[in-house]
Amino acid sequence: MIEIVSLERCVACDLCVQVCPTNVFDAVPDAAPKIARQADCQTCFMCELYCPVDALYVAPDVQQTLSVSEEVVAEQGLLGSYRASIGWSRGKRNRRGSDQTFKLIASPH
Amino acid sequence: MTQRQSDRTNVAPGSVDLTADVLVIGGGPAGTWAACSAAWRGATVVLVDKGYCGTSGATAPSGTGVWYVPPDPAKRVAAMASREKMGGYLQDRRWMQRVLDRTYESVNLLAEWGYPFPTDDNGQSRRTSLQGPEYMRLMRRRVGRAGVTILDHCPALELLIDESGAVVGATGVRRQQNDTWVVRAKAVVLASGGCAFQSKALGCDVLTGDGYLMAAEAGADLSGMEFSNAYAIAPAFASVTKTLFYNWATFTYPDGTEVPGARSQGGRSAIARALLTQQVYAQIDKADPEQQAVMRLAQPNFFVPFDRRGIDPFKQRFPVTLRLEGTVRGTGGLRLVDDTCATGVAGLYAAGDAASRELVCGGFTGGGSHNAAWAMSSGFWAGAGAADYAGQAKVGARARPAGGIAFNSEGHGEFDPASLVRHVQAEVFPFERNYFRTGAVLSDAVGRLDALWESARQKRASSREHIVKAREAAAMLATARWMYRSALARTESRGMHKRYDHLQQDPAQRAYLTVAGLDDIHVEARPAPALPPEALAA
Repeated sequence: MIEIVSLERCVACDLCVQVCPTNVFDAVPDAAPKIARQADCQTCFMCELYCPVDALYVAPDVQQTLSVSEEVVAEQGLLGSYRASIGWSRGKRNRRGSDQTFKLIASPH
Repeated sequence: MTQRQSDRTNVAPGSVDLTADVLVIGGGPAGTWAACSAAWRGATVVLVDKGYCGTSGATAPSGTGVWYVPPDPAKRVAAMASREKMGGYLQDRRWMQRVLDRTYESVNLLAEWGYPFPTDDNGQSRRTSLQGPEYMRLMRRRVGRAGVTILDHCPALELLIDESGAVVGATGVRRQQNDTWVVRAKAVVLASGGCAFQSKALGCDVLTGDGYLMAAEAGADLSGMEFSNAYAIAPAFASVTKTLFYNWATFTYPDGTEVPGARSQGGRSAIARALLTQQVYAQIDKADPEQQAVMRLAQPNFFVPFDRRGIDPFKQRFPVTLRLEGTVRGTGGLRLVDDTCATGVAGLYAAGDAASRELVCGGFTGGGSHNAAWAMSSGFWAGAGAADYAGQAKVGARARPAGGIAFNSEGHGEFDPASLVRHVQAEVFPFERNYFRTGAVLSDAVGRLDALWESARQKRASSREHIVKAREAAAMLATARWMYRSALARTESRGMHKRYDHLQQDPAQRAYLTVAGLDDIHVEARPAPALPPEALAA
């Protein structure tokens, strides 16, 4: 579930409020959005992909909320790690189009 | 929210009241293709999504193979024949051919639009797989470019019908504004997805069968709802229900010994059987280093949970579970009556997982490939069909909302969505009920589900916030009842529907099962299309 909105990184663009398919965030005027309905988070990681400044962290656990420290996940390079892996971050665009699934599935059926 | 019908189409100040030729409900692959296709035919189109068109639904956070087969007759026949046996010979070759043709065209359009398909070592563009985030971001852009009005965070609650019973729009909630939307349209495409009962399968919490409920309230029926017990493998702690790489896995008991017969394909029931009594572990230990590198590039999302938990899935075993994917990976849904993807109700069309996929998959789908092909094809046809219908439709003067359950103005007691969802999940999640089906167990479940329906229909949801969840819960309950009623009626094993009290496939039951009704549910058999030549020869 969504665990972190980094107040340090967030630029209050509210894109996450817009793109979250389960409406987990509430916009706050001139401030970082708040995680208003954490239990509705479906752990789909989409908010992270759309965050332009890698301010969000979704923990992989679907059932329990965890106490996750921003310092620790930042240090582990996990803020924005998924966005980088699909080639949506600056400097990583060459990863778009590197889908190698065809090497694993021999035939089209 | 007031519950009287007349009030439900009169919107509060600030709310949205739009008129269009075509309303598309749902902004996943089927809905976005439907919206584009309708707009290309000259229709004015509004698309509403419960969440955000571009991230909502099963495809966006995932990614999928695509049934993309070049127009070479031998390859096409092989592609059609390859899964017919698994699907229980309920497919229709004519529809399969149409879907292969349409998918080939649509995927090539994606390439023209700039989808970054990879190139192989021979410089060949490879188009048999789509990354969900890329695909759906592109589709949203194309919907916008086609001139479609998109309403995000606008869950649909109920359809509008005119005096003749034709569907003439829908209403719902703008949940970020806490007000109402009404779209008066000459035709409606339901592309609202299937129902996965909020099992936490990836991206599926928004897929609660809402379209089935709304359509049934307008008089539509469903088909193939017994083919609804697909379970996907996932790490026990995580949502990532992507199963391809488990073809390279070994499944073990806690003590490290192998679970006999456990495999991702053709051995998933052994995993379910073992999970009844103990934890099962997996390790992707059969992939060589080169394959491991390819996997990382093929499905980056598969690795997100592992990387964040500090698990190396190639070297360490991790606990797994099976999450119900219901009709998202099952094949049941609204019954289509013609090539335009019309339902039996005038003005109402269905596409993607909202529609029955039996025509191309029969009773089984092993993965996304056919499902993705079906979504883009049926979406394309439904959008065009709705646009053409809208061009000549005469809409009645009065529109009345068709919703029933949770809108009960004489209701006694408050609708409790969370409790209802838990009760429904308790009937549909357990393997001993839904995976290992028997007549006795299904009958008991149907009895309890009918009682839940009887009780729920007496209740009312009193706030706007509340009504969305109440209708979702009611849709899941209705879906569960259609599922189990159909599963009871099919007294044989076919496709993914396995009856442990009727283990054999019965040639006399090679038919489609149609299910209809809300308070009273009826199941009827309809003849399946002629067997393909290869099956007859065998």
